[in-house]
Amino acid sequence: MKGLLPIVGVVAALAAVPLVIHSNVVLNFLVVTLMIALAGQGWNILGGYGGQYSFGHAAFFGTGAYVTAIMQVHYGVNAWIGFAAGIVAGAAVGAIIGGLAFRAGLRSSYFALVTLAFAEVLRILASVAPITGAGVGLLVKLDLRAQSFQFQSRAIFYYVILALVGVSLVIAQLLERSRFGTWLIAVRENEDAAMALGVDAMAVKLAAMVLSAAITAAAGCFYVQFFLFIDSGIAYGTWISIEALLTPIIGGVGTVFGALVGALLVKSLGEGVKLVTGDVPGLDLMIYGAVLIVVIRFAPRGLVGAFAEAWDRIARRFRSPPLPLRETVRG
Amino acid sequence: MVEPLLSVEHVSHRFGGLLAVNAASLSAPTARITALIGPNGAGKTTLFAVISGFLKPSAGRVRYGGEDVTGEPPHRLARRGIARTFQIVQPFAGLTVRDNILVGAHLRHRARAAALAVAEEVGCEVGLSDMLDRPAHTLTVAGRKRLELARALATEPKLLLLDEVLAGLNPSEIRDVVPVIRNFCARGIAVIMIEHVMQAVMSLAEYVFVLAEGCIIAEGTPVQVVADSAVVEAYLGHGAAAKVRSANVR
Repeated sequence: MKGLLPIVGVVAALAAVPLVIHSNVVLNFLVVTLMIALAGQGWNILGGYGGQYSFGHAAFFGTGAYVTAIMQVHYGVNAWIGFAAGIVAGAAVGAIIGGLAFRAGLRSSYFALVTLAFAEVLRILASVAPITGAGVGLLVKLDLRAQSFQFQSRAIFYYVILALVGVSLVIAQLLERSRFGTWLIAVRENEDAAMALGVDAMAVKLAAMVLSAAITAAAGCFYVQFFLFIDSGIAYGTWISIEALLTPIIGGVGTVFGALVGALLVKSLGEGVKLVTGDVPGLDLMIYGAVLIVVIRFAPRGLVGAFAEAWDRIARRFRSPPLPLRETVRG
Repeated sequence: MVEPLLSVEHVSHRFGGLLAVNAASLSAPTARITALIGPNGAGKTTLFAVISGFLKPSAGRVRYGGEDVTGEPPHRLARRGIARTFQIVQPFAGLTVRDNILVGAHLRHRARAAALAVAEEVGCEVGLSDMLDRPAHTLTVAGRKRLELARALATEPKLLLLDEVLAGLNPSEIRDVVPVIRNFCARGIAVIMIEHVMQAVMSLAEYVFVLAEGCIIAEGTPVQVVADSAVVEAYLGHGAAAKVRSANVR
């Protein structure tokens, strides 16, 4: 498969980083960045390819995180099983929210608002329910063994999240070349026209929502294993909804690498500014806002889109000369 | 007598206080071109929307292939073999022409390679072979109309509903598209076309239904229909019939 080659290349390049850099600060930063990229890639499946802009992907991130934590803390279940259960639970929440929203025929901003509302409802529920630790949150017991999905070395965590991101890139690539993906993009471009061509728009959007939710939930599950703590503000907070949609929009909506590129840029800028100015609260959000404005103004298809366009332009310049010239040469 | 592929039986559709289609009946046999004509606002597009499942009729039935399909959603009807084009063209603007057609081709072909092959073949058939890799939004009006045709055709329909595919085209473009449409019918597709370009209706259609103010006011061969004074007056108002008749005598 031709399309998988760039993914292998990018993942291999990222995999080499811990061999060169041993600083835990840098590795921590990269782990969090990749986690956001994973959450963003989830959003990108539904928002980028399907055109359904969710403002509430925290609902899936948080559900994945809480289910992973609750399984371990309250039921003593193995962390890996908890991780898998978290993904399944996130997908189920996606199916429920998607089923309700799409059946009600909600599109564009209405859909965005409803997803935001669901995430907020979940946040409030989680902040009072005993099973989620209410206002205190949940602490996962420290147990630095691989069978507990905890690792002494940051590098191992890095490889785990890199593998997850790699899988999400492959999913997007396969999606682009599949019938389901073609139909999903068709729904994004024009739902009525898609239906006239036999696309069950409702089913396609719902399936995309489930897949999207599962991927973002995986990021939430990973969060818990990495930080060993979760509370309602982290799990269902708007911060993750915003980062999940910002990264692919800045990187390139509906592109395989959009979320990854966006996460790397946004997170680097955020950290870079913090280094210079110290830890001013909310400053990273201001940076995101500024970057978003610049990108939407100058590169509406994100960095990946802008890069592809520039590449096309260069390639065209170096391609064989235009037809009339060739004819005169032959003649 | 064999039942026609499609029969619309006393279909009405009401938008609030407006009865857009009023107990209209028509039928379309396989491998024939049937035209649906009528003045602006007669309810032609509404009737198409009912047949293709985008609107549920307030009353009446739509029978297709011997089954009652009234009120089935568009995607299921497309699977059964009903394809439509849109009067206001609806390209997937951000996609290439090839990818636009591919969406339709995927209905019958799951594998990408097979669907791409169909898309290419259909694109060539409607005369878009040079433009397959261009973004759909760069096409001219004529190109977009062809794209509508290609996408619908790629679903391999048994019944094709063409909503003013010739409108907005210049005479030479119309001359190019007419044989394409005739070819559909030669392949055994039942075609119903809404059309204002009478020259094309006369040369293509074997049977014509005339809709005015929601009612079928006349039907017959094109020659019969244009001679029908009710039809002429529906278009041109009172007293016009005599004038047109004298012009037709030549």
